[in-house]
Amino acid sequence: MERSVKTIYPENSMPSQSRKKRRMSTKLTPWFFLAPAVIIFLVYVIYPIADSIWLSFYEWDGLGEKTWVGLGNYRELFDSDTFYTSLKNNFLWLVFFMLAPPIGLAIALFLNQQVRGIRVVKSLFFFPFVISQVVVGLVFAWFYDPSFGLFNIALGSLGMEPIAILANEEYVTYGIIAAGLWPQISYCMILYLTGLNNLDPEQLEAARLDGAKKWRMLWYIVLPQLRPATFIAIVVTVIGALRSFDLVATMTAGGPWGSSTVLAYQMYEESIFNYRMGYGAAVSVVLFLIMDVYIAYFLWRMLRSEK
Amino acid sequence: MFPQPIQKAGRFTNISYRTALPISIVMWLLPLIAVMMTSIRSMEDINTGNYWGWPSEFHFIENYAQVFTSTAMGQYLINSLLITLPAVAGAVALSTLGGYALAKYRFKANVWIFAAFIAGNFVPFQILMIPVRDLTIAFGLYDTHWALIFFHIAFQSGFCTLFMRNFIVGIPDALIEAARVEGVSEWKIFWHVVLPLVRPALAALSVLVFTFIWNDFFWALVLVQSDEVRPVTAGLSSLQGQWLASWQLMSAGAIVAAIPPVVLFFTMQRHFIAGLTLGATKG
Repeated sequence: MERSVKTIYPENSMPSQSRKKRRMSTKLTPWFFLAPAVIIFLVYVIYPIADSIWLSFYEWDGLGEKTWVGLGNYRELFDSDTFYTSLKNNFLWLVFFMLAPPIGLAIALFLNQQVRGIRVVKSLFFFPFVISQVVVGLVFAWFYDPSFGLFNIALGSLGMEPIAILANEEYVTYGIIAAGLWPQISYCMILYLTGLNNLDPEQLEAARLDGAKKWRMLWYIVLPQLRPATFIAIVVTVIGALRSFDLVATMTAGGPWGSSTVLAYQMYEESIFNYRMGYGAAVSVVLFLIMDVYIAYFLWRMLRSEK
Repeated sequence: MFPQPIQKAGRFTNISYRTALPISIVMWLLPLIAVMMTSIRSMEDINTGNYWGWPSEFHFIENYAQVFTSTAMGQYLINSLLITLPAVAGAVALSTLGGYALAKYRFKANVWIFAAFIAGNFVPFQILMIPVRDLTIAFGLYDTHWALIFFHIAFQSGFCTLFMRNFIVGIPDALIEAARVEGVSEWKIFWHVVLPLVRPALAALSVLVFTFIWNDFFWALVLVQSDEVRPVTAGLSSLQGQWLASWQLMSAGAIVAAIPPVVLFFTMQRHFIAGLTLGATKG
């Protein structure tokens, strides 16, 4: 390498010679740094996505031969009631999870003060986000218990009959979503608390001098400045809603009679319990396509801000 | 500051705000407090339906000891550590290298690789499930700690690379250029110039990713099955079936499972929140 460079370049241009060499090596250097992460990511994330899509056109029990069924799995899926239950429940998750950002903002506004002990208060509010969803599921199963759960004691004190939320086809999904909202609100709250910390004090002062009232100030001055926080809060909430698996699995296992299942859980059930890998893959592809809409939007925003 | 500092408001508002704070905490954590109270009750209390009254006896030590003696909870906790610690170290190491490459080198594929890491981070787990399970079996890793360690490293490296890249972008190019002009090799630049500067980000990222991996439930269900390797989330959920009526033990188990991430959060709170929002401020 060095010899060839030397023969091409005249002796008096030593600097450019070394620059040329450097250019060659800098072309490869980023790849040395990237290789480990890229390789493992390709093996465990990118390849599986392609493989799952391919698998969704086959009938497979996980062990034997794979049989090509074309769109058969999808046809069966679109004809099954369970699929529409999952879809409807996923939709409910998405809609009701959207309560998390505004409630998180409300709590953040409530806690954004400097009084003694406020740091401890903030971290206690953040608690639910740190603990595992399995624990959250247990905690709420306990909370909803029809004979001694706090929820029904509260209903009883209002003079209402106890409801077994998790055994009731109509309420079960709402019950699980409420449990999911608990950590999600915490998450949004922390995003907003940091956002509120970084507000531009001059703009606030100017608005105050102009006599802006609380609500107008929030709407016209504060919220626009919180836009990055809002964006992230909405993204993580959407992803959280579509990813809902842990709570469904621990609280009801999709029951009663499959009424609380979601796409993520249906996929798991079909492949692990019913050994229908191809069919399960088809469910996951549908979920993936739904998620893609949000991923694409997020990427678009992210890359645009890079430019 | 918004809203207006409470100190500027009247005396009445101040007093009511300060009393509202503890009340709101109790309300917010009520389901959790209920579980904590249950975890120190005796079996008789549970059987006679004394869930909310004063406990007839305090069985704090008995219940928590029983969680460890009559179940594999201790083993589950160790497994969780054995899985989480190497996975965090691996993911953070790989993504610091990768993040540096994406932040400080210009090359054609840069944006595309970056985009792939971001997108991969949001993918639903289920679309990875069957192939990852098959791969794990093919590698001979099924039902070992490594099954989960490798997967978590791979999956978290998406988020971590995004995170590290956004942090490293902020390091002045001049520092790196200066070292380059001195003839320092690229690897040494990374090791001696960049790495010392990203230490705060490493701490923040590690704490954050620790809780992500510790709390994982789905992959613990899919990639391992025996008590010898199962982490605490999957372990707890399997105990749920066995202890159906013994709510006092179940709740003690739930508290035990929640303690490590909570302790980590309280000791590393600043890093944790910095981590959450650092990943979030861009975009």
